[in-house]
Amino acid sequence: MAEYWYIAEGFEERIKDFQSRKTEAEVNLDFEIPEKDFNAAGKGSSELKDLLKRLGVNSEILRRIAVASYEAEINVAAHSKGGVMYSAVYDDLIHIRFQDDGPGIEDIDQAMVPGFSTADDLVRELGFGAGLGLPNIKKNSDAMHIVSAKGSPTLLELFIYIS
Amino acid sequence: MILRDVAKLLEGEVLYPDADLDREVPCAFASDLISDILMCTKEPTLLLTGLTNNQVIRLSDMIDLTGIVFVRGKKPLPEVIKMAEERGLPIISTKFTLYRSSGLLFNAGLRSCKI
Repeated sequence: MAEYWYIAEGFEERIKDFQSRKTEAEVNLDFEIPEKDFNAAGKGSSELKDLLKRLGVNSEILRRIAVASYEAEINVAAHSKGGVMYSAVYDDLIHIRFQDDGPGIEDIDQAMVPGFSTADDLVRELGFGAGLGLPNIKKNSDAMHIVSAKGSPTLLELFIYIS
Repeated sequence: MILRDVAKLLEGEVLYPDADLDREVPCAFASDLISDILMCTKEPTLLLTGLTNNQVIRLSDMIDLTGIVFVRGKKPLPEVIKMAEERGLPIISTKFTLYRSSGLLFNAGLRSCKI
């Protein structure tokens, strides 16, 4: 399995601290993401944003979370056999995991290049497939982690600090 | 500029009754690519697009859209129009192209959104 990590400057210690921490999330929100279901796709991110808005998260951080989460949700719907979005809200950060059922990313570094896309015609007709999904997630996240390989499930995690 | 001015300049059809056309429109962005729209919209923005599927309305859950103009005479399906109405998101259809619509609004003083 290939692994990709992006951690924004200044967040290295906080990510390390998060990984060793034992505390439970304050709120969990899980969503099924069915394959190629573009009626449902995006609902998870929309509900997560509503929840965080009610919890009083700052609007600029809210926008970053919603955009990163939505792009990742669309990726699962557009490219995988379906998956699940697991959101965990802590007092200082949002951690979202997207776990799908494959078929995996052949070359993660290439997938990170803006403009590179493997989207099919159906997906492109809807306005997706610009090859900006992963770069956009990275741009809006404080940290991002991908584990994948051709023929395997993909795990994408993103971390955004709210305080 | 308010949305009512946008509709007038573009000879547009407002796609559901009682849409809030008195909303102030500070800036605009035009694209048919969803990732571009997400990447470039950081402030309340009028979107001009040729996309009419439900994900265009879903975008307004993630980013702050003051309204959407569908160009080239396109109109979304009734269920998509209903999604916009439920969100209180004004939507307008114009027969003009994306280029011409953008030009008309730009000439009337509507600035491009900050990217």
